[in-house]
Amino acid sequence: MKSHVWRPLYVVIGIVVMVLIVRQFVVPKEFGIHERGYMYGWHDKADENYWKEFKVKYKTSNYCKDCHSDKYSSIMKTPHAIIQCENCHGPAIDHPENPAKLAINKSREQCLRCHSSLPYMQSDRSKIRGIDPEKHNTGIECAACHNPHNPHVGHEGHKHSDAEVK
Amino acid sequence: MITRRDFIKYSLQGIATISVAGAAIEIINPSKLFASKDEKNVRWGFLVDTQKCVGCGLCVRACKLENEIPYDANVSRTWVERYVLTKDGKVFADSPKAARDGFITNKIEMGHGEYEDIKKENIEKAFFVPKLCNQCENPPCVQVCPVGATYQTKDGVVLVDRKWCIGCGYCIMACPYGVRFFHPSYGTAEKCNFCYHRITKGMKSACVDACPFGARLIGNINDPNDEVGRIIRNERVSVLKDEFGTKPQVYYRGLSKEVR
Repeated sequence: MKSHVWRPLYVVIGIVVMVLIVRQFVVPKEFGIHERGYMYGWHDKADENYWKEFKVKYKTSNYCKDCHSDKYSSIMKTPHAIIQCENCHGPAIDHPENPAKLAINKSREQCLRCHSSLPYMQSDRSKIRGIDPEKHNTGIECAACHNPHNPHVGHEGHKHSDAEVK
Repeated sequence: MITRRDFIKYSLQGIATISVAGAAIEIINPSKLFASKDEKNVRWGFLVDTQKCVGCGLCVRACKLENEIPYDANVSRTWVERYVLTKDGKVFADSPKAARDGFITNKIEMGHGEYEDIKKENIEKAFFVPKLCNQCENPPCVQVCPVGATYQTKDGVVLVDRKWCIGCGYCIMACPYGVRFFHPSYGTAEKCNFCYHRITKGMKSACVDACPFGARLIGNINDPNDEVGRIIRNERVSVLKDEFGTKPQVYYRGLSKEVR
């Protein structure tokens, strides 16, 4: 049965076989339909482990409290107890091995995230005691006068009245 | 004197009784039942309280550092929007740098380097709305992926396979919430995954841990004893763009109609 009519068919069969062979090597073993069915669960199951094993950087204040118990217990007595250590001190990652020292964010901008006064009544922002950053001691770090671990009292031991803050 | 016949009879009866009791304990082993129930039942859900959010942006900062999203690139897995509704009926909304540095001025970013300064007297309502991936029950982004690089896990989280993604961007177009973008370093689709590496280890998402005000909560919505599960069951919550039929699993308290 030698006929030029059959030749394209052989070519097509050859391509299909090639694709099937390549597929064996390229497609991961665990690729297929998983728990969520064909529409939402068609994937390589092994990739779930890539995401499960992703590196944790923020370890939460629980990670800090044993070695830095003095700092931890002092801040827990103040309104700033709700702020995680890592929000200002940076992610712990594998501290103290890596990094050996954390860079503290003492910038004015860090404090102003909450304490720049905004009159937004439908948000609890309006309940936080705030300042106008363009008028209140511009150019100086807040920590020069206010201790972030004990915000009620300044370094000179003075207590702000509400009138002063506004 | 026991006969051979009786001995065999009693022995068989004794063995039968013991094995039935043993089998019953095996069938209704309470600890096994609870374990299998828990395993089937996890469905991660998120709860955002817009009243509690003060727009500090610590969540966005934590998310970027935790998930290795280039800090200065203008992309983020989560962001905070500010809505200011004025007394003359206008709606202003902005999210400068995805609110990575929070909101420290009254000025609304209008794009092209322009700002709108809205005076306190003109504000009718103003609030913040944190946004993130909704981990939809019917995720349109997953349906459109031509290669199976994005998918939903058993516990409801939508993930992206960085090795398999071809960067066609269909999913970025398909998401009605605009939560997807290209990762600047990998060139593959990127999105919030509720910090899958943290929640599967019993931790909370980085943004949830970073929020000082409890405006963000994550939990198992199938568990009525879980804080998020309980609130979604018993309190008034809403979702974004319900009309799309995507069944989002990020629930909001205090959502306003201006929020889209």
